[in-house]
Formats: sequence, structure tokens, C-alpha cells
Amino acid sequence: MKPLELYIHIPFCKKKCNYCDFLSAPADRRERAAYVESLCQKIRSFRELAEAYCVATIFVGGGTPSILSAWQMEQIFKAVKETFRLESSTEITIEMNPGTVNADKLTAYKEMGINRLSIGLQSTDDRELAALGRIHTYGQFLETYSMARAAGFQNINIDLMSAIPHQTRESYEKTLRRTAGLAPEHISAYSLIIEEGTPFYEKYREGKNAGDLPDEDTERLMYEDTRRILKEYGYHRYEISNYAKEGFQCRHNLGYWERAEYLGIGTGAASLIDNQRFTEGEEPEILSQEEQMSEYMFLGLRKIKGVSKSRFREEFGSSIEKIYGNVLEDMKKKGLMEEKGDYVRLTERGIDISNYVMSEFL
Amino acid sequence: MAGTDQSKIRNFCIIAHIDHGKSTLADRIIEMTGLLTSREMQSQVLDNMELERERGITIKAQAVRIVYKARNGEEYIFNLIDTPGHVDFNYEVSRSLAACDGAILVVDAAQGVEAQTLANVYLALDHDLDVMPVINKIDLPSAEPERVIEEIEDIIGIEAADAPRISAKTGINIEEVLEQVVEKIPAPGGDAGAPLQALIFDSIYDSYKGVIVFCRIKEGTVKKGTPILMMATGARAEVVEVGYFGAGQFIPCEELSAGMVGYITASLKNVKDTRVGDTITNAQEPCSQPLPGYKKVNPMVYCGMYPADGAKYPDLRDALEKLQLNDASLQFEPETSIALGFGYRCGFLGLLHLEIIQERLEREYNLDLVTTAPGVIYKVYKTNGEVIELTNPSNLPDPSEIEYMEEPIVKAEIMVTSEFIGAIMDLCQERRGMYEGMEYIEETRAVLRYRLPLNEIIYDFFDALKSRSRGYASFDYEMAGYEQSELVKLDILINKEEVDALSFIVHAGTAYERGRKMCEKLKEEIPRQLFEIPIQAAIGSKIIARETVKAMRKDVLAKCYGGDITRKKKLLEKQKEGKKRMRQVGNVEIPQKAFMSVLKLDDK
Repeated sequence: MKPLELYIHIPFCKKKCNYCDFLSAPADRRERAAYVESLCQKIRSFRELAEAYCVATIFVGGGTPSILSAWQMEQIFKAVKETFRLESSTEITIEMNPGTVNADKLTAYKEMGINRLSIGLQSTDDRELAALGRIHTYGQFLETYSMARAAGFQNINIDLMSAIPHQTRESYEKTLRRTAGLAPEHISAYSLIIEEGTPFYEKYREGKNAGDLPDEDTERLMYEDTRRILKEYGYHRYEISNYAKEGFQCRHNLGYWERAEYLGIGTGAASLIDNQRFTEGEEPEILSQEEQMSEYMFLGLRKIKGVSKSRFREEFGSSIEKIYGNVLEDMKKKGLMEEKGDYVRLTERGIDISNYVMSEFL
Repeated sequence: MAGTDQSKIRNFCIIAHIDHGKSTLADRIIEMTGLLTSREMQSQVLDNMELERERGITIKAQAVRIVYKARNGEEYIFNLIDTPGHVDFNYEVSRSLAACDGAILVVDAAQGVEAQTLANVYLALDHDLDVMPVINKIDLPSAEPERVIEEIEDIIGIEAADAPRISAKTGINIEEVLEQVVEKIPAPGGDAGAPLQALIFDSIYDSYKGVIVFCRIKEGTVKKGTPILMMATGARAEVVEVGYFGAGQFIPCEELSAGMVGYITASLKNVKDTRVGDTITNAQEPCSQPLPGYKKVNPMVYCGMYPADGAKYPDLRDALEKLQLNDASLQFEPETSIALGFGYRCGFLGLLHLEIIQERLEREYNLDLVTTAPGVIYKVYKTNGEVIELTNPSNLPDPSEIEYMEEPIVKAEIMVTSEFIGAIMDLCQERRGMYEGMEYIEETRAVLRYRLPLNEIIYDFFDALKSRSRGYASFDYEMAGYEQSELVKLDILINKEEVDALSFIVHAGTAYERGRKMCEKLKEEIPRQLFEIPIQAAIGSKIIARETVKAMRKDVLAKCYGGDITRKKKLLEKQKEGKKRMRQVGNVEIPQKAFMSVLKLDDK
């Protein structure tokens, strides 16, 4: 029985954030109800596929999945459990935003088997939160966080963001220290990316209002600060933007980089099954051996420990040196990659410009 | 063809301002005389290179022979010779005109006489051609044929009252044009029995027939077996075939005699032997002297051309050799650049010629090229008395060995409407022009005369002229020798290493400005790399400008949501794609187009 990762997309939120280009939008009660109903049907439609698999992780992402009612979430999990076989220790995560849950909802989550929460905080500075267009304050986050702990959740992730408007190195450090001080098991620290089609794109395009944003060098320092400060609190970096206390790495997230098979259900969700990538409503992309190898490399390199040479050989029948020898040599010479035991990985400098290195494996 | 009555031949060309309908009228004439049915007609028969049609300009001279049955019941032979349409090819134009006896002047019924109209008329009159005006585009609502006729008479001073009023586009009144060709354009003269004297107005290479020479027989007769001599190049051969020009094909005939236009093939392998403007005569019975006006056309603009993929070097040589077969004015010789590897230093008549060759190499021969900044030929007088003709800036001797340098100068005539005189004078001043005078040719139109260094006009002068005059200025120039000038070699150092392919010669007075702009431009063109890259401009060992390309930016740590790998992959592919078009120079990757960036310094 093969392991499977399940991703369930809830494309709703209370209000779109200024930087968000994910598939999510505010919707009324009726739309949400209709979506949940069809989502449940869709989940059940995978009965046949489900037979070959055992679900190792579930991630309910969005949008803000927690704006659904406890009852709606229960319907979704009912459908999942009636369709798929779950491991005894399946990691089940739900994403939420402060102010969208209460004690009852959290208790209900616990009862459904949800054992990991991912809370979008982004910053502990209310001015920065307002600039991002977040719906909450730091105070509201604290409330939600303590409720979650009180409800018995022992695996909580907090999402943070650097390079946001008005942020300084000092304010970011404060955010890091306050957050780490709460001792969540996992912290994700991304940097703001200004995407087309967002309010930020209009505001900051072509260098407009650049004064609001930390400059390039500051941004780089912030990344270094993240690692250094979180280390003080016992977090280790296991993926370019993810930090965890021992034993709390996000299995679902790692699955993507290890090319585990995963099934995405819901609007716009992507899947990788049997070396085919597909998004609902689009033609599947069948990956050639060459593409599989290239994915193995550029995805795997997001992990700090890197990619395993022996696993490469097992999966593709030839050595990593034979396929990528030249690139590896070049990257090592440039100080962007290094080898450690069975693993090939990015150096600190390589992490800084990971896209450059990864694109070498295309 | 023997016995064709000279009085039944008309050799003419069509001259016009750009867009006044020259090619369209040529098409209509060919169509009217039944040479091709309109279904067979590809629009603009005479511009037969894809590139010519696209750019709307004629690059090679073309000719076509048409039989016209006139109203008087007689059949006439028309030889219509199309001339190249750009200042780069001025000499070819003058030779094509010399092959004609008359010219149809096409004037737009709405726009009237334009600067280029005048330039062309004067050129035709210089060659003693009878000019016959035609008013085109009378179908336009804004057409004012009466006013335009008056203009022609007032400004040009030729009779225009009975000029045919036509629409070449819709075919109105084309027959009237043909009738007037019969009446107004003189029949050729010449004695078929005299020693052979034929003017070469073009030549092309055909892989079956060898060189095909386009010529106008001024005196005498030529036929298969005639031993011929090219009087300027001294090449000799025996005629294999003579004939005339059908539409898009060569039709052999018995002989060509005085007054006729046609072609000769003669087991010649190289178009270099058959220079435009040369006189062909009978080697056994030569004429006493060649026809006037021959000059050897030399390239004026040089640049390095390198295959983007070094392995394609032999392909580039083959392609250049093939193009040269048809284009004697294209020159090339091998050169090596530290930055670009093996390539060729190529010589062209002008920037348009360069662009055309470059485009043809890329399109017809599928080559990806890196072209260095074009330059002119400088004369370097060394302290030891030696004189070097410098075509590649990298070969400039050490300044301590240079006594002085000279640069080529042109005499330019710019026709411009009075409202733009100020703007155009500014432009000429900026380009180190020396004002020589101005004459009003009518109330609102003037000719500005300037002496300009050639290296100031080869890049974008023509474009600048057009944009500053909203398209109204036209420009013509001729070489006016060399003048001593304060010139320096500007070197570009990337990551402290001199990149030979980016060096160029510049006037000392503008060196700082150029160097600064060049660094700025390169900063934009060169993507960030692993390390910081200084870009410096230097004269000798003195750094005059500096910019820095910062080290590669830290990648944004975006969230990769719900396993959307496709999006990530696209991002990486884009990054990868960018790397392909780079040249490795030292340990810096330079995009190919950066080598041309000196050309775009005036972009605003």
C-alpha cells in the first residue's frame, strides 16, 4: 500500500490580503455551503484510486479553511475517512487565521482528528499587519493561540513574513523573538513576494513607493536573522523557509519536495499521482524520466539536508554523477553546493540564490 | 531580337518619394501589358526578396521587359528598371539611372512634392533623363491634383499640365501612363554596328548560370560567343548567353544591340569581376573609352560578426561567401576576438546594408549572430611614418606610436521644412557637424548643408532625423575625404577585464559622455551574477566612468502552495532561458545584445 498525501483546498477568506494571489476570495454562506457539498462529492469520487493508498498526511489549506463552520469541516472529514484509509499517525493540519475560531470549533477539530494547526500571524506589529491588509491584530492572535493550546493542540505552526511594508530589521527581530517565545513546534518564515494582480502589485510596481519596503540588503539580513534567532530558541531549519523543533518537521510539506504522491482536491489544487502532474480541469502532464530526475533535484534541494544520492540511484537506475556530474562540479566550484555523506545540498550562498542553482537542473 | 527597331524601345525607371506608389505603379504596368495575369501577380513583382517586401525598400536593382501595343497600333518594348531606394545604395541608383533614357516621376495627389521627390528628380536630371510626371492616388478624398500639378511646375520646373492623373491602386488611367511613355520618353540612341559599349547596372549570382550581368547596351552588339572585357576590372570571358528580363525569369535571345537592356552570362564565377558601373566591351574590338561614372564602391561601415554558437563559424563563412556572390560591396575577413571567439570583420556600404546582411544571415541561413558596434575606417598616422587603415578598434596601436588620426567626413544635404530647421540644426551640431550653408528652395522648404563625421551618422542619425522632423526631413550624403580629428579608443572593462568586442573609437570631446552612457547601458543589459561586477569605461589606463552590477539578488522565498510545482518550474525555466543567450567572457556572462548596446545610447 502506497502512502498518499492529501491536500484539500478551501478557497474562501474573510477578506483578501493585499499581497495574496492564491485562489481565495470572500464568499457568502450559500456559496460556502455549495462548495463544501461538491467538495465532499469529489472526495468520494476518488474511492477507486484510494484503494491503492494509505493516507500519510492531510493538509486543509486555503484561503482560510477555519471560516467554515465546525459542522462543515466535519462533513469534509467524514467524506475523507469514508473514502480513504488513514495511517494511525496521519499528520492532519488545518490552516487558520486569528479571530476565525473559538474554543468550540477547536474542540471540534480535535475530535475530527486534526492534530496540527497552522496559524497565519505574519507579524507581531499591528502597523505591519494593517499594511498587509490582515484581518487581525497581534492581540487577537494571542487569544487564538492560547485557545488552541487550551484545546490540547500540541503541534502548532506559525506563519511569519519578512520584507513587508514598514518592517525594519529591529521590528522583524521582535516578531521572531515574540513568536519563538510562545514556543510553537514549527515556524514558517517566507518573504513577501509582490505578485501581479494583487493590490500590492499596483502599489509597488516599477519601484513605486519603494521607501515602504525593506531594501534588498536588509531583506538578505532578515533571512540570516531568522535562522540565527530561531536557533537560539531550539528551532532548526530543515527546509529553505521552514523551521521546527526536533521531531516536528511538517511531513506534508516535505512530501512535496520528496516527490511523494499527493492528491489535491478542491478548486485549483494540484496533484502528483503516478508521475503525472495535474490540476483539476486541466490536461495532466506526464513526466518523463528526465523531468522526474530534474524535479527530484530542484525540489529536493529545498531541503536543507539536500538530496540523497543513493535514493537517486534507486529511483532512476543511474548515479547522480552520471546525470548531473558537470552541473554538480560547476556548482561546487562556485561554492553554491556541497556534498555531505550521501547527500548533495545547497550551501548558505546557494540557498540565497536557490533559483539560480535549481534552474541548472532543468 | 535581331532587327528590333530602336525607335520602338523605351528604357525608363520610376522615381518617387517613399510611399507615393512607385512599386504599385510598376505592378500595374506589368499587369496591364499582360506579362502576368493578375492571379499570377504577387504584389510588387519587382521587390522580390522577402526582406525587400517587408521593409518596403528595394535593395537590388531589378529590371523587367514589357511589350506594349500602343494606340497607334505599334508594339513597343518597355524596359522598366527599378532602382534601390536608400542612401546606402546611392551609387547603384545612379548607375541604374544611367541605364535609362527617361523617368516616370510619381507624385502623391494629396501630399504633393516632398523632399525625396526633389532629390530623385535632380538625380534623374543629372543623368539627362527626361522626367515625365504622373499624379497618383487621385482616388483619395484628400487628393488635390491641380495644386500638385502647380507645385510640380513651380518647384521642380517641369511641364505637368497633361500629367496622367491615376490611381495605381485601383488601376485608373494606367493606359494613359503607357501612352505617355511612348510619346514623352525618348527612344534610345547608339549604333548597333559600333564597338561594344555596355553599362553594368547590377549583377547577381545564379548557381546554374554563374554570374548574370544586368546591362544596358549603349553601342554595338553582343551575342553568344562574343569575347568580352570588363574595362575597369580587366576580367575577360566569352559570352554564353544573352537575353532579356521576363517577369521573374530570364529569357534568352539571339543578341542584344545598342539601345537594349538585358543580361549576359559568360562563365564568370565571381560578381567581383562585374562591378556595377563598369563598361563591357568586345575584347577583340574594344571601344575607345569606357562609359563615364565608374567608381569602385568601398565599404564605409565595418563591424565584427560572430556566430553565437562558436561551432557555427564555418557556416557563417559559407553564408557570407554565398551572399557575397550577389553583393560585391559586401566584404569580410576573418578576425578573432578574445570575448567572442572566431568571426569576421565585415564591411558594408552603410548601416542599412549592414542590417540587411545581418537579417539575411539570420533568416536565410538560420544563424544566430553577435554583432559588434559598427565603426568606420580611420586613418592612423604613426610616428614611424606608417599609415594604417583601421577597421577594428582593437587594432589601434599604442597612443605613443600615433602621430595623429583622421576620420572620414561626409558632405550632407538635408531637405527639411522650415519649421524643423532649428531641430535639425541642433541634431547636426550634436553630431559634430560643420554648418556649410542653407538655401530655401521654396518658402517653406530648405536644404541644409553640413559637413559631418561619418562615424556620427552611421548609427542612428537617420532615425533621429526622422523623429525630430516628424518624418519630413530627407538626407543624402557623399564622402568628402578625411580630416584630422581628436580621436580616442574607449575600452570597456567588465569585472576588470577589457572586453575587446566592446571597444570603439570616439571623438575625445564626447568620450566621457559616451563612456558614461555605455556603462549605464551595460548595467541594464548585464544580469546580476554570483558576484558584484564592476563595469568601467577607460581611455588608455584612465577610468572615465564606472557602474556596478550588484551580485545576484536573494531569491524570494515564496510559499509553494498545495504542491503547485508547475508554477515553480515555469519560474526556473525562465531563469534558465535567460542564461542561454549569454556569452561567457572571463567569468562573467554577457548577453549577446549587450554587444550592440553602443548603438542604442541615444534611446530615451
